[in-house]
Amino acid sequence: MSMLRTPSGGRIDRTRALRFTFDGRLMQGHQGDTLASALIANGVHLMGRSFKYHRPRGPISAGAEEPNALVTVTRSGRSTPNLRATQIELYEGLAALSQNRWPALDFDIGAINGLISPFLGAGFYYKTFMGPKALGSNWAWTKIYEPVIRAAAGLGRAPEGPDLDRYANRFAHCDVLVIGGGDAGLTAALEASADGKASVILCDEQAEFGGWLLNSDGAWLGETLATLASRPNVRMLRRTQAFGYFAQNFVALQERLTDHLADLPEGTPRERLWQVRAGEVILATGAIERPLAFPDNDRPGIMLAGAAETYATRYGVRPGTRAAIFTACDSAYGAALALKAAGVEIAAIVDIRLKPDPALAAQALEAGIAVHSGTVITGTTGGKRVSHITIGKLQPDASVRGADQLACDFVAMSGGWVPSVHLFSQSRGKLRWDETLNAYVPNITAPGQKQRSVGACAGAFSAEMRGAFNGATPVPGDPAKVKAFVDFQNDVTARDIRLATREGMHSVEHVKRFTTTGMATDQGKTSNMNALGIVSEALGKSLPEVGLTTFRQPYTPVTFGLFAGQARGDLFDPVRKTPIHNWAVAQGAAFEDVGQWKRAHYFPQKGEDIHAATNRECRLVRGTVGIFDASTLGKIELVGPDAAEFLERVYVNNWKNLGVGRCRYGILLNEAGFVIDDGVIARLAPDRFHITTTTGGAARVFAMFEDYLQTEWPDLKVWQTSITEQYAVIAVQGPKARAVLAPLVEGINLASEAFPHMAIREGRICGVETRLFRVSFSGELGFEVNVPASQGRAVWEAIHAEAIKQGGGAYGTEAMHVLRAEKGFIIVGQETDGTMTPDDVGLGWAIGKAKTDFIGKRGLMRPDLMAAGRKQLVGLQTLDPKVVPEEGAQITAEANPAPGTAALGHVTSSYWSETCGRSIALAVIANGRARVGEVLHIPMPGGAIAVTVVAPVFYDPKGERLNG
Amino acid sequence: MAKTLMAEPPKSKPRLPNDAIAWITAAPPLARFIFRGSPEAEAAAGSAYGLAFPKALNRAASIGERGKPGARVALRIGPDELLLIVPIAEGKAVQTALETATAAHPHSLVDISDRHTGFALEGPHAADLINAGCPLDLDERAFPVGMVTRTLLHKAEIVLWRMGPTLFRVEVWRSFAPYVEALLEEAAHDFL
Repeated sequence: MSMLRTPSGGRIDRTRALRFTFDGRLMQGHQGDTLASALIANGVHLMGRSFKYHRPRGPISAGAEEPNALVTVTRSGRSTPNLRATQIELYEGLAALSQNRWPALDFDIGAINGLISPFLGAGFYYKTFMGPKALGSNWAWTKIYEPVIRAAAGLGRAPEGPDLDRYANRFAHCDVLVIGGGDAGLTAALEASADGKASVILCDEQAEFGGWLLNSDGAWLGETLATLASRPNVRMLRRTQAFGYFAQNFVALQERLTDHLADLPEGTPRERLWQVRAGEVILATGAIERPLAFPDNDRPGIMLAGAAETYATRYGVRPGTRAAIFTACDSAYGAALALKAAGVEIAAIVDIRLKPDPALAAQALEAGIAVHSGTVITGTTGGKRVSHITIGKLQPDASVRGADQLACDFVAMSGGWVPSVHLFSQSRGKLRWDETLNAYVPNITAPGQKQRSVGACAGAFSAEMRGAFNGATPVPGDPAKVKAFVDFQNDVTARDIRLATREGMHSVEHVKRFTTTGMATDQGKTSNMNALGIVSEALGKSLPEVGLTTFRQPYTPVTFGLFAGQARGDLFDPVRKTPIHNWAVAQGAAFEDVGQWKRAHYFPQKGEDIHAATNRECRLVRGTVGIFDASTLGKIELVGPDAAEFLERVYVNNWKNLGVGRCRYGILLNEAGFVIDDGVIARLAPDRFHITTTTGGAARVFAMFEDYLQTEWPDLKVWQTSITEQYAVIAVQGPKARAVLAPLVEGINLASEAFPHMAIREGRICGVETRLFRVSFSGELGFEVNVPASQGRAVWEAIHAEAIKQGGGAYGTEAMHVLRAEKGFIIVGQETDGTMTPDDVGLGWAIGKAKTDFIGKRGLMRPDLMAAGRKQLVGLQTLDPKVVPEEGAQITAEANPAPGTAALGHVTSSYWSETCGRSIALAVIANGRARVGEVLHIPMPGGAIAVTVVAPVFYDPKGERLNG
Repeated sequence: MAKTLMAEPPKSKPRLPNDAIAWITAAPPLARFIFRGSPEAEAAAGSAYGLAFPKALNRAASIGERGKPGARVALRIGPDELLLIVPIAEGKAVQTALETATAAHPHSLVDISDRHTGFALEGPHAADLINAGCPLDLDERAFPVGMVTRTLLHKAEIVLWRMGPTLFRVEVWRSFAPYVEALLEEAAHDFL
């Protein structure tokens, strides 16, 4: 066993030795150790290099507040950076790596930053990295400085492979959530659960409940835990960090499930996110000890007194053999006695206070410990570990005299205690400055947050926690010449903070951003109060006048995996498939994503690429017949005596005059007058309509209708029901469409006179009930077969077989797009972008002119929407018919416009048209309809493309092919 | 019909019995309707349906055994919206009877038999699996047997009906069903 282990005591299992490595060096610890306590037992305090100066650093704490000892843990293909060694539970085979050092932890080339540190002060980055103005204000930063700095600095390396672990999520509700399982939290949980009814969740960040009670051997802890465990209304979560406190008592907890295990159980989640809605939250988060900011206070071996005591009593390891104690607080006397009892020699207690409690001093003296009151540490020496301190006596004029040296191999410091108010502050509670504690304490609870703080986090300190010091301790000579660290993780010194105030940063928020104090991953848990103290002194303002920065979530860093939870891979988002999807898969279709839907993009035959397949599919539709899966279209069944009235109010068109059995193309605007959706609407009965919407607009349109029905027109007797997924929709398009359907349809006369274009009939197809539309989005004779989704595949296969007989086949969304563009049919969201009116896209004819109102009517009357020169839908033909312009390309009057020339418009759709034997494009162009015949230009990197403006119909302008 | 919620059993550990967590049983094909209308229309429809529609919000009424002749379910999922579920063979007759009985009262009755698929989720951890992706409080005090609601499971809308302390019925739009079932199976890993 290590020389540094105490002979007995503590909560480690001395019978279970565990082997682990640190930077490849094999060492031994015990079950119950943290990585930090095990390393200390092996005499290792140097665990990392600081962020900016690459100074050697060791742990200053034994818990979540640790700023220095950040390491990377690797295991079986996994790598997790920036873990606090003070919280990593040791397991057999643990492999940890130090960070931010190259080539090695004890010889780090980046430490040269320490030598040039006079030039790396606060605001250095802002002032220095300005490049030559001619190259743009940001050029030098993005091209030179930032890449170099990022390569040299930084914390651990982000893992590069996919996360191998699984993460779970639970939503939970409870009557009382107790955060913190120390003395106060356990007491609160006991009380809250006593009636056996209230559901209580108790969580604690550590491996064991107990908090500071784990440093002693009281029986109460064990009894209390047994009582709580026996109550079925209590859920106890260890290794669980409450990291976010949101509105209405919603608290996020991170439960670590497997990181402490030597063998990872297969399939078990690594972490579990608890999203808890609590009736009441009891914060029992305790207090964090503050360091003292004295010169060179960052050498390995210098730690918080409470942490030193914890290592000795809970983990059974002496942080060293000879300690110097530097304190402003009574609790360090107890720590000194505990260390002494653990076999540590105490060089002296150096107390900054002129008159420490005489009883405490007497107790120390009795134990053989020298006490120097009114004394400060003025410097430390030692390479990778502190070896000596110098101390000086405070003088009545506030100067410091004397330079006695004391040998020691660690320093235990205490600037007093700070209530851990992070979660209270996150809950938007208001803090109050407490003169006695020299700290902020919870004051006013935010509305809607039923919570209370108990114990040390509420400022209820025990007697031995008395005494506190904020700011930098006095030094002999010029304080600007020493490095007294305030924020260890971001390497911010007292001098940096004073510099910030001299440069005009008087708000604590500005000081924070200028110096980066409190902005590291530890969120300033150990640094905020000292930083405020220095600002307060430099500005001559009281500490509450200086103010306090906001505490933000998360309390400690949280893995990305936890937030992703189950939403990964195939489960990231629902993948919606139509009833015909698997048929298309079997046919070898290529798919495209349309929102959450998978749609068949094209059906390549042997050797075909997308162009060849699309060209062939277009030829099928124009030449014989094509069938297309249109099941994703949004569909709404609107029923009630006021159905037509409702449609009149929401769509621009007339609806009351639509006959039963007929269809009409409807256009939907928003209140501003812009096109937001379109689709064919069929009248099945006087009081029943079948509405279709765009695929992407289905949910939005349904929600908009429900909103209007519930809030604007609750008097209308009409109700809507989504039938999007009730029906599979099969479009049959082409001159042979009727011939394909004829053998399959019963009870519907397909003849043109009986069943004209834009009509709907109900009957049967393949024995299945159908709503059969005669509509066309291709310009050819067309039908759309609606059948119940469960029958979709069978009906599709029957129709496909007939189509094959007619020389036709299936086509995908790419061909569908080309075919409709040849006819100049718009796609909402492609020809429109939220700023197009019906007239802009050539659909002004659809508006019911006599209607007194509809959604968007007032918007259309705004001067801007009625002005001349608006962008209008036109067609484009490239002078070179083989060139297909890029969608989104800008259009100008000149081939080489001067820089800054505004575009006339842009290309909205562009395809190779097999039908036309040339490229075709749709565009929106200012005053476009008046420009038909003009030659315009599409400037591109390889030279401008000349185009002629034409009417936006490239094929069958008279619409004769609709009749087959 | 029953299947385990474990997508892949752990290789090194014995496979847990299905009922240690929960299991999914797919519903047979069923006829489903959405009924929306005035209270008068509801009253008229209820008597024709053979089962009075529940008046209270988020409450279910049912008689008979699912899929068996005469079975009727009425789930109030909105102030004026009911989801009705009957055996597939009785769908047409029920539709006709309801339309006849409510002819005098404005209403909407729409066939959505194929819009949904349904399944039962049953087992000691049934509520926990749903709570892996649904933020509702499923404690029996807050969500008792007989309660039904439209809610979210992760990003999918579901209708969730508690039929027993450890038995839920889930109705979901058909294209979302694979997503919902896969998420429940994934969540089962948290209870191994």
